[in-house]
Amino acid sequence: MNPILFAILAVAAIGAICAVMLTVASKVMYVHTDEREADLRDCLPGANCGSCGYAGCDGYAAALVGGDAKTNLCVPGGDDVSRQISDILGVPFEDVIEQVAICHCGGSYDVSEKKLEYQGIMTCAAAKTLYGGESACAYGCLGYGDCAVVCPNNAVCIEDGVARINPRRCIGCGACARVCPNKIISTVPDTVRVIIKCSSCDKGADVRKKCEVGCIGCRKCEKECPESAITVTNNLAVIDYDKCSGCGHCAEVCTTKCIKAADFSGVFRN
Amino acid sequence: MSEQMVKLVAILMGAVLVNNYVLRQFLGICPFLGVSKDLKNATGMSIAVIFVMCLATAVTWPIQTYLLVPSNLAYLQTVVFILVIAALVQLVEIALKKYIPALYRALGVYLPLITTNCAVLGVTIANIDKGYGFAESLVNAFGSGLGFFLAMVIFSGVRGRVEHAQPPKPFQGLPITLISAAILSLAFFGFNGIVENLFKI
Repeated sequence: MNPILFAILAVAAIGAICAVMLTVASKVMYVHTDEREADLRDCLPGANCGSCGYAGCDGYAAALVGGDAKTNLCVPGGDDVSRQISDILGVPFEDVIEQVAICHCGGSYDVSEKKLEYQGIMTCAAAKTLYGGESACAYGCLGYGDCAVVCPNNAVCIEDGVARINPRRCIGCGACARVCPNKIISTVPDTVRVIIKCSSCDKGADVRKKCEVGCIGCRKCEKECPESAITVTNNLAVIDYDKCSGCGHCAEVCTTKCIKAADFSGVFRN
Repeated sequence: MSEQMVKLVAILMGAVLVNNYVLRQFLGICPFLGVSKDLKNATGMSIAVIFVMCLATAVTWPIQTYLLVPSNLAYLQTVVFILVIAALVQLVEIALKKYIPALYRALGVYLPLITTNCAVLGVTIANIDKGYGFAESLVNAFGSGLGFFLAMVIFSGVRGRVEHAQPPKPFQGLPITLISAAILSLAFFGFNGIVENLFKI
């Protein structure tokens, strides 16, 4: 037989055997997958930011098909995506509660003390490893802008050594909150009007030495809050946003003015 | 230890350290640079590579020995191997999805990615070229996979450090990564000759 023909036939035969094998296997070992899952995956933004609480967009799509996830969890996608999801699943549309990142530190250069001159690698993660960074306060903003680097929408900047988040640009993905070594950034529903600009768990006297605008745990806000929404734990006031009505009374009485409340312009979250 | 065992251990050591596929033979550079950004992905990729290398060898060696060589078709090696490995990986993927979904999810996207990775193809062809028997081929494939794993894990650690460093602007990103890879490769050349001397073969 012609050797060229023989070679062609041999390879074709091997290919055919493989093809038959694969076809049979895909029929025999067919796994039923919900085609809605692929549709859902397509309408999600694909940023894999994790703000829905699942492992990426694939995980959220799978959970949606499984029926144990709400349709309004995708924060970057907003109402558009929520509407598409509820259309695909055939369930009533729910508003997305938009999230916004807030920074729990107000210790800029002019109001806080330094404990050392840091000249190392200019990232928060690196600065944190050297005695907790430059600032005297071990809980506050390190000020090298790891959050600003990861922000996909340029909503974060470092001003006077403190991270400031532009709520108009913030898409609420929480990337900054995850990267912050001191965990001073958190994401809250965009309806929040009162925030505590301090994360220090030091005792009141220590806080006063290090920073003019730190929470000293005086409990004044706790006593004065008409909704009992504030509790002081570990020398730090914490607001329960489920109870907070946003009246802003705590901000008026706060001894060190570390609680900021807003008029409803939305710019207060500096 | 019997002579055969010594030979197998020598092949294993040689495949992991001396003839490291990534750092010595420069095969499989694409996943080495692409997936080495963090340890988790690097590990997942490497395990998939070990798995596929062993599997591919177990299938291609008999095909070469009992099918291609007797019918004078040894020159079709590359084509047939690619064909068979691709089909095999696809088959394994279908089977895993059905029977071991946990492993399927763990290997994830890497399994189809490395179907025709040059390191995988390289191992199967090297086994034939070096005239290894079936057991030796399998050990060599496993060792090569381990070598890939080692290189990936070391390099993901190196990259973690490099990311925090601030190289001059022209070196940022890929250039500094390539330079680090080159230095790591030089380091691996230090293993030259240890297997021959260690096992006296």
